[in-house]
Amino acid sequence: MLSYSIKRLLMLIPVLIGMTLIVFGIIHAIPGNPAQTILGTKATPEAIHNLNQALGLDQPWYIQYFTYLKNIFSGNLGTSIQDNMPIAREIWPHLAATIELSFVAMVIAVVVGINAGIISAWKQNSALDYSAMILALIGVSMPIFWLGLLEQWLFSVKLNWLPSIGRLDIVSTVRPITNLYLIDTLIEGQFSQFWMVVRHLILPAIALATIPTAIIARMTRSSMLEVLKSDYIRTTKAKGERMGLIVYKYALKNAFIPILTVIGLQTGLMLGGAILTETIFGWPGIGLYVYNAIQYRDYPVIQSGILVIAFLFVMVNFVTDLLYGLIDPRIKYR
Amino acid sequence: MPQSEQNTAVQPAEEEKGPFVRNLLEFWKSFRKNKPAIVGAVIVLFFILMAAFAGFIAPQGINDQNINIRLQPPSASHWLGTDDFGRDILSRIIYGSRLSLRVGFFAVIGSIIVGTLLGVAAGYFGKFIDTVISRFFDILLAFPSILLSIAIVAVLGPSLNNALVAIAIVNVPVFGRLVRARVLTVKEEEYIMAARSIGMGNTRIIFNHILPNSFAPIIVQGTLNIATAILDAAGLGFLGMGAQPPQPEWGTMLSSSRQYITNAPWTVLFPGLAIILVVVGFNLMGDGLRDALDPRMKN
Amino acid sequence: MSEPLLKVEGLKKYFPIKGGLLGKVSETVRAVDGVSFSVNEGETLGIVGESGCGKSTTGRMAMRLIEPTAGKVFFEGKDILNLSKSEMRRTRKDIQMIFQDPFASLNPRQTVGRIIEEPMIVHHMGNSSERRKRVDELLELVGLSAYYAKRYPHQFSGGQRQRIGIARALAVRPKLIIADEPVSALDVSVQSQVLNLLQDLQKRFNLTYIFIAHDLSVVRHISNRVAVMYLGKIVEISDSERLYDHPEHPYTKALLSAVPIPDPDNKTNRIILKGDVPSPAHPPAGCPFHDRCPVAMDICAKEVPVLKKTEDGRLVSCHLYD
Repeated sequence: MLSYSIKRLLMLIPVLIGMTLIVFGIIHAIPGNPAQTILGTKATPEAIHNLNQALGLDQPWYIQYFTYLKNIFSGNLGTSIQDNMPIAREIWPHLAATIELSFVAMVIAVVVGINAGIISAWKQNSALDYSAMILALIGVSMPIFWLGLLEQWLFSVKLNWLPSIGRLDIVSTVRPITNLYLIDTLIEGQFSQFWMVVRHLILPAIALATIPTAIIARMTRSSMLEVLKSDYIRTTKAKGERMGLIVYKYALKNAFIPILTVIGLQTGLMLGGAILTETIFGWPGIGLYVYNAIQYRDYPVIQSGILVIAFLFVMVNFVTDLLYGLIDPRIKYR
Repeated sequence: MPQSEQNTAVQPAEEEKGPFVRNLLEFWKSFRKNKPAIVGAVIVLFFILMAAFAGFIAPQGINDQNINIRLQPPSASHWLGTDDFGRDILSRIIYGSRLSLRVGFFAVIGSIIVGTLLGVAAGYFGKFIDTVISRFFDILLAFPSILLSIAIVAVLGPSLNNALVAIAIVNVPVFGRLVRARVLTVKEEEYIMAARSIGMGNTRIIFNHILPNSFAPIIVQGTLNIATAILDAAGLGFLGMGAQPPQPEWGTMLSSSRQYITNAPWTVLFPGLAIILVVVGFNLMGDGLRDALDPRMKN
Repeated sequence: MSEPLLKVEGLKKYFPIKGGLLGKVSETVRAVDGVSFSVNEGETLGIVGESGCGKSTTGRMAMRLIEPTAGKVFFEGKDILNLSKSEMRRTRKDIQMIFQDPFASLNPRQTVGRIIEEPMIVHHMGNSSERRKRVDELLELVGLSAYYAKRYPHQFSGGQRQRIGIARALAVRPKLIIADEPVSALDVSVQSQVLNLLQDLQKRFNLTYIFIAHDLSVVRHISNRVAVMYLGKIVEISDSERLYDHPEHPYTKALLSAVPIPDPDNKTNRIILKGDVPSPAHPPAGCPFHDRCPVAMDICAKEVPVLKKTEDGRLVSCHLYD
């Protein structure tokens, strides 16, 4: 297990190097003069020259790349062109907002998805099963930004139940400690604030959770169906154990490995999907950060934003891989 | 010839049919029984016809503006209502099917061609080539797909065609890995050894023996990927990184209408429904194809 | 005697098993460990051994489908391991192979005609109508109807498919055919038909065969000489008559005693070997057979016996005959 972990960790190195190369390449692949593109056609030659120097674009590319790598390792993610702030300092609150949103969405997806899948498998071919699977099909086929818009329209505009934009009401602030507002408000003991944060989370979290919920439900169902057919489940049934207990206690344990794979993969994908959700709900996460940067052609922010998300994505997949071994004793790593 | 062998001679009815026709018949038999798959195929066909005959069936042109009838609710003259320029939403959705299908088909065909070439090279030649290509796939897969396409469009500039290219690039490793795995399996078949033993060269072995036997999983994955390609293109359009207004791409339509959702929800509702319907169609068809063509791929 | 058609010297194939953190080679499987033999024109050499003894690997190395780790292969006097890729491809015209599994060795997506024609296309023989005519001839030669050319492999029985495989091998008029267990996947009733066909063809076209099999009875009436292999080594080579009448190596004796004899009065003592074939990754020291040998001596565990001529002129590798 340890040797596998180290091997898997070593395999990450070329991937991470390739990742930085691609992200580094973004600015160099822009046709024409990047500084010109960034500043627009009205920029003075002097401004272009200055930006070229600031970005180090006047040096050979491999020197630029090594400078880039060196900066990343020393925690320097560059400077935003928009507001001249160090990106490394700006990015954390955004990242925290995305992590909070993704975490809540994943909890929803796991709870709803696994239960829906279990019930579908348990009552296979019933009306309940069919409707759950049709919903799941629509879930994976739905543009989540469209669902987000409809949610806003129904729950915020028509019913006025929930706020549709941002993490907080416009007038209130939360003192950022961890930047995870659910935790920060609790630390401060401000329960009304906490409730406000929760209310803001609900709609975007549901939108973001849709696809993973549907996929987890489908995976749970097929994986459960397989386990429920096995001999040891039949034996347990024959011994007169209650079905509910069989399903939740015995079968789920063994159906869990493929489900875990899917959860891991979906957690990673969610980080990508967050850009759409965050744009709609004005959620100040890393997706919105990158989206705004694209509007301003703020390439350093685009680069660092993408790098951070991709890094998290790779790490989530890595951890998922390692988790199999802990959960399934049968898996032997080569 | 001995009796025992003649017993197995096949009925004349089936005799001249090649594996293609035979597989097609067998495939149809199992596909036909799969009701969801038929529903999916019908939906897909519906959209293909709609795209092909858009000029005949659309009640109005794509950009026929009429400020006097802005944001009209669905009515007898405008079944799905009008948008902020007074354009007929139904007509725009009908024309929009051309854009979505185009992105779906061509992005996937592009990924299939490049992915197959790389996958075959990796799987057949192995060793160093395999290591390089597989690492390349790993790196592309290290980015969430929508994010990588955004990065590519950020470089190429926003347009429908650039979105298509981005989606194609992002999906290359999906097909590359699939084909590589398939080639590794087929390569071990004894008829490949037989082909080498008669002195056949690599190119011929790949084109005559390996590719024809790798086709089914590519078709299945391709169909499913058309669905995700359409969704991704709509997402890029919505972010302003795909088709640009006034192109009637469904995601772009959603993006330009979202500010009217309070007073004119139909401007947002119908383009979204169109996306769902076509994506459901390709997903159902893809699942059905998988069950019919390649039972091994089931989970 | 003139020069042999095929001569193999000290052929070895080691497969590394990788393991550990950096994929280091942790052990080596010695699939074939120093095999030498020769085949004369027009004769049949049988190679017999249990599965895993390296006989198929030997056959494949003899036609360079697998690159040997060490050793030499001379075909008509030239060392084929030194040939360039394209020279090797041209040489393949003279050496053809018949495969064990008639279901796996034919591409399911090609017509029988196409399968048989393919070697001729590869070696640029004739134009397409000439080739098609030859396909028809070949089909009839192997006892099938020319009419079958348009059908697909799945429409045939195992025996018929093996005939198709034989027709494919004959298509380019080879000199040597390596038959890798050509009948072991077939029903017993069909086996003898295919064996008879192979013998007829040999007489008609003066073919040379290397016939690989896992049981001695199949090889008996087709081979002029037989080599018995155990754990990657040849333990005995001799002409078949003497081998079957007076086997010398204890392993050959054991194998022969397992061949059923259709005579109720003939109660030979069946030699039951102890244990299983050891893993070729960890062959026993000394004679590889010593731990299962009923007549093993002290020396057998220490010294590796070499293949030596015995008094009556055959080659045996056993300390009994030192």
